[in-house]
Amino acid sequence: MEVEGGNTSANDAVARKIPIQSRRAKVFYQFTQQNLPACKPVLTPSWIVTTFLLMGVIFIPIGLVTLRTSHSVIEIVERYDTECIPEKFRGNKVSYIKDSTILKNCSLYLKVPKHMKAPIYIYYQLDNYYQNHRRYVKSRNDQQLLHGLKSNDTSSCQPEDSSNGLPIVPCGLIAWSLFNDTFKFIRESSELVVNRKNIAWKSDRNHKFGKQVYPFNFQNGTFIGGGSLDPSVPLSDQEDLIVWMRTAALPSFRKMYGRIEEDLDADDVIAVHLMNNYNTYSFGGKKKLVLSTSSWLGGKNDFLGVAYVFVGSSSIIISLVFMLLHVKNPRPYGETAYLSWNR
Amino acid sequence: MHEDSNFQNFKAIIRCEDPNANLYTFVGSLELEEQQYPLTPQQLLLRDSKLRNTDCIYGAVIFTGRDTKVFQNSTGPPSKRSKVERRMDKIIYFLFGILVLMSFIGSIFFGIATREDLQDGKMKRWYLRPDDTTAYYDPKRAAVAAVLHFLTALMLYGYLIPISLYVSIEIVKILQSIFINQDLHMYYEETDKPARARTSNLNEELGQVDTILSDKTGTLTCNSMEFIKCSIAGTSYGRGVTEVERAMARRKGSPLEEEVTEEQEDKASIKGFNFEDERIMNGSWDNEPHADVIQKFLRLLATCHTALPEVDEENGKISYEAESPDEAAFVIAARELGFEFYERTQTSISVHELDPVTGTKVERSYSLLNVLEFSSSRKRMSVIVRSEEGTLLLLSKGADSVMFERLAENGREFEEQTKEHINEYADAGLRTLILAYRELDEKEYIQFNEEFTEAKNSVSADREELAEEIAEKIEKNLILLGATAVEDKLQNGVPECIDKLAQAGIKLWVLTGDKMETAINIGFACSLLRQGMRQVIISSETPESKTLEKSEDKSAAAAALKASVLHQLIRGKELLDSSNESLGPLALIIDGKSLTYALEDDVKDLFLELAIGCASVICCRSSPKQKALVTRLVKTKTSSTTLAIGDGANDVGMLQEADIGVGISGVEGMQAVMSSDIAIAQFRFLERLLLVHGHWCYRRISSMICYFFYKNIAFGFTLFFFEAYASFSGQPVYNDWFLSLYNVFFTSLPVIALGVFDQDVSARFCLKFPLLYQEGVQNILFSWTRILGWALNGVANAAIIFFFCIHAMKQQAFRKGGEVIGLEILGTTMYTCVVWVVNCQMALSVTYFTYIQHLFIWGGITFWYIFLLAYGAMDPYISTTAYKVFIEACAPAPSFWLITLLVLMSSLLPYFTYSAIQMRFFPLHHQMIQWFRSDGQTDDPEFCQMVRQRSLRPTTVGYTARFEASSRDLKAKIEDSL
Repeated sequence: MEVEGGNTSANDAVARKIPIQSRRAKVFYQFTQQNLPACKPVLTPSWIVTTFLLMGVIFIPIGLVTLRTSHSVIEIVERYDTECIPEKFRGNKVSYIKDSTILKNCSLYLKVPKHMKAPIYIYYQLDNYYQNHRRYVKSRNDQQLLHGLKSNDTSSCQPEDSSNGLPIVPCGLIAWSLFNDTFKFIRESSELVVNRKNIAWKSDRNHKFGKQVYPFNFQNGTFIGGGSLDPSVPLSDQEDLIVWMRTAALPSFRKMYGRIEEDLDADDVIAVHLMNNYNTYSFGGKKKLVLSTSSWLGGKNDFLGVAYVFVGSSSIIISLVFMLLHVKNPRPYGETAYLSWNR
Repeated sequence: MHEDSNFQNFKAIIRCEDPNANLYTFVGSLELEEQQYPLTPQQLLLRDSKLRNTDCIYGAVIFTGRDTKVFQNSTGPPSKRSKVERRMDKIIYFLFGILVLMSFIGSIFFGIATREDLQDGKMKRWYLRPDDTTAYYDPKRAAVAAVLHFLTALMLYGYLIPISLYVSIEIVKILQSIFINQDLHMYYEETDKPARARTSNLNEELGQVDTILSDKTGTLTCNSMEFIKCSIAGTSYGRGVTEVERAMARRKGSPLEEEVTEEQEDKASIKGFNFEDERIMNGSWDNEPHADVIQKFLRLLATCHTALPEVDEENGKISYEAESPDEAAFVIAARELGFEFYERTQTSISVHELDPVTGTKVERSYSLLNVLEFSSSRKRMSVIVRSEEGTLLLLSKGADSVMFERLAENGREFEEQTKEHINEYADAGLRTLILAYRELDEKEYIQFNEEFTEAKNSVSADREELAEEIAEKIEKNLILLGATAVEDKLQNGVPECIDKLAQAGIKLWVLTGDKMETAINIGFACSLLRQGMRQVIISSETPESKTLEKSEDKSAAAAALKASVLHQLIRGKELLDSSNESLGPLALIIDGKSLTYALEDDVKDLFLELAIGCASVICCRSSPKQKALVTRLVKTKTSSTTLAIGDGANDVGMLQEADIGVGISGVEGMQAVMSSDIAIAQFRFLERLLLVHGHWCYRRISSMICYFFYKNIAFGFTLFFFEAYASFSGQPVYNDWFLSLYNVFFTSLPVIALGVFDQDVSARFCLKFPLLYQEGVQNILFSWTRILGWALNGVANAAIIFFFCIHAMKQQAFRKGGEVIGLEILGTTMYTCVVWVVNCQMALSVTYFTYIQHLFIWGGITFWYIFLLAYGAMDPYISTTAYKVFIEACAPAPSFWLITLLVLMSSLLPYFTYSAIQMRFFPLHHQMIQWFRSDGQTDDPEFCQMVRQRSLRPTTVGYTARFEASSRDLKAKIEDSL
């Protein structure tokens, strides 16, 4: 790189004519004559090779560290949507799940592959569920969530804005379709304590959901969507709802259910008693239960590490190929081959 | 009839042709007292004529307003848009096509998904309540929903169409124009005139000019003639250096230049006189070998003319009014050399003569007997005078083609040397005239005078021819005195400028209203013509065509003339096709009348083909209309960019017709400037205007447009990709404010900085390597491949940004606390990546980093974070989903920063690799020059010489090419002789 302080020789003559009184005048002169000091980088082979090498040298270690971190995370994923339908109903899962008279309890057994350090996060994962659908995302009323019945313009919540002539709090499709499977974890006949507090973003609890707003007329319609809410608990404490109402970005997503705040040892068997209430069968969605520890990067995902290593190593390869080509076929000093008419 | 009242009963009928655009012909008759008087162009005063030497004239108005010849020659003011902008429109259509296609695809998928939501009363995605919905999502009317979605999608993907591009381009162009106006190198101190870009929307067109059509007088030349050399009695006098010689000398690197400038400084310049030779100045001619011949020569200069002296009453200085500036130059030269012409009466010419014997000034008066006037067919003028001693003298001056054959056997003493000198002068672009005289005896004169007077007074139509015939009889057996050389003074720096433009591959055509000889002289003076070029002269001034014109049947004559022009064109074309390089390039010279036929529909293609093949084209005696027509022909048929440059009202049509009209704000009034797009004070500024500003503006605008498309495509496609994961419901991944502010805050300023400040190479190198200009002419930087390349880069970057982000932030927790990503976090992360990538891409493609670029690029990125903080801190009612998203969720998560770095680097990788390979293995012109600069070769004269030679083609004109050609010839000659 070279920094050229304006092009000197050609403009000196003109520059001399104009008495340069101050630095400011000089800068102004350079500006109007488009002659400001500037850095003019040229992609010389040495620059190119160095840049690529440097990128490789930085990226590969980052990638390796990231990969290692991701591998240090222990994750148990168990799909339960089909298992939890009794054999005789497997032919018509939708009518089973819609039949409110059947108690839909179900048990799963999870084997801990490796020692899991607390806290262990419990997630439920839904696939093929479009929480990011435009109609769905818009179907809520933030004012009502914060101020309750005082805010009465709930047109965005239609058709779940009112039932039986009374407004619904919280209104809208998101709240109405609240996830309502529940899980109980038992290890060696003693129940594991699941901490279900502080699973939602703090800003949501404090600033988006009212402390004085209580559920009202919720799930009272003819068509009941998802779970119901305890009308005596204010919205700001209904963390399941708050978590659910942060709409997911992609059709396959996890939501936090709670935390287990004790270590799990390798080969522990955990029995999960769950209530399989939520209907994902009509649209073919999967339901999964996830137990996962977390690292400084979060959960288990190799993509970042692999991508870093890939980008890093490909830039090293590019730099080597480039260097090879350059050495094999050096550019003669003062080559002018490209400066002619017939191109 | 010298009183106005006398005209009260004056009755006459004028019959004349219909209004037409032809300036040099007029047919009409005046019927006065039952007698017919023919009216010719000589009797016609055109609009804007100036009255001289008389106080008033009486006349009748023939045409007014729109019927005047000037108006007939004018063309309507055009609306001009640059080629780049026109291509940009096409890109916008293309992008609009993509937009519609994307929306259409989205709508189809959306329609299908919506219809499937409710089948036989069973809801699929029950959480969307498809049973109870508005028309937008109604599964029962999925087609309607799809159409409505199509409109939503048009709005959503509307970011593909960069509406802000038009605004930004306007801003950039105005700033560019300001830079052009501010350029001190294009500021003309003498008249205090800077360059003025009168329209800002043609800046980039300046970088793509293929053909320049130039006026001559006032544009290339300053319309002043200077007596510079003469050859008397076979000896050449005059050390004055012409502009061309000076340029040539500079090129060769001889010290001539410095001497000249020194001389010029101490000499008080006399307008019209640039003669420098101590051998005959100040009366020292007396000591020369042929003093008597010199005396006669100077005497002839002082007497043989039609000029009028004007004595300044205060200081007694004499100035002259002459029909043409070269005639004035002769009289001035005579005065400066001691033969001061000071009075003219009807019958006499009085001269102060320097007497060589006494060394004092004596008054001599010659009685003027006859003036045999100049005409274009005679190409000479003579006077018959009787000196004080009583000898009858015929003094004659004229073109060499007619004068040498009229010399007497005993008058050819100096013929050889004079001819040699004349060739030398002509090659230097000087206008030469031969001076000769003859003593008459009384008897011969009396006979001549009788015949001549009779012919003059005859009333027949061929009166002029008769007089000419008689004059011809007496203008023979002349004795050669010598030759004069007058320089039609070129404007400062014109040869250099033409040379540079020629090296840049720009063709220069001269369209002039002047005579063919003058035009050819100027062609030589500007190095547009040189020895060794074969001239194809197409002229209708031949004797045959003269006789044709006189024939009664006008249409037959026209047809015959046309046939002759066609024949000449075909011959020229054959010459062009058969030509090999050893024969040298061709030059086409065509006169106005032939041009009329050459521009007819069936011939013009042939004419154009021939003209394009020629190294230089000179059109002389062309009317304003023809200038405009030639311009239009070049513009439409070759679809290359034309630039017309001129200074007078007669260039207006041409300036308006050309893609760019450059007006010279000189002395000939403001009309050309008013109708021009850019006004400059001197022709030589054209060099900087095109090679520096034109190139820069072209490069800036084209990079800017490419970049704009890139950044909007990159942004728009991330939205589209997300839609595929949101069942095309039309939900944007970004917060509404992010969407709106993308083109306003985070990415706009760097583009404008690119458009205003970027320079691939500095002005000095633009001028040093003119071939660089071809990037614009061949439209390399705005070719479809380049545009598509940028568009693809945009799509690729969008894909990298989107897919890397969603894969790195799948369902799993993205930070230590186990939190998972929501829509707003994905949106913020992706948006951060877009801002980084787009701005860093800009940093990669910019080649000129001033602190302004740094400020805008890094400032844009910083501003995004500041905005995110500020917006996130607002009440959730305003900030909605962006509430605390950065400070609470993203910033504390290392994965957020790692993803940004990864996405940024991998997005830049394809472009960086591409440009690294291109720079090293397939560099463009400007990259080549960047190489040279970084290698430090640009100051090596030998190297520059090599580069210069590479940029010459056999058809290149200009003095460098001329120098190369002559040295090549010399080499060939030496080789032959060995």
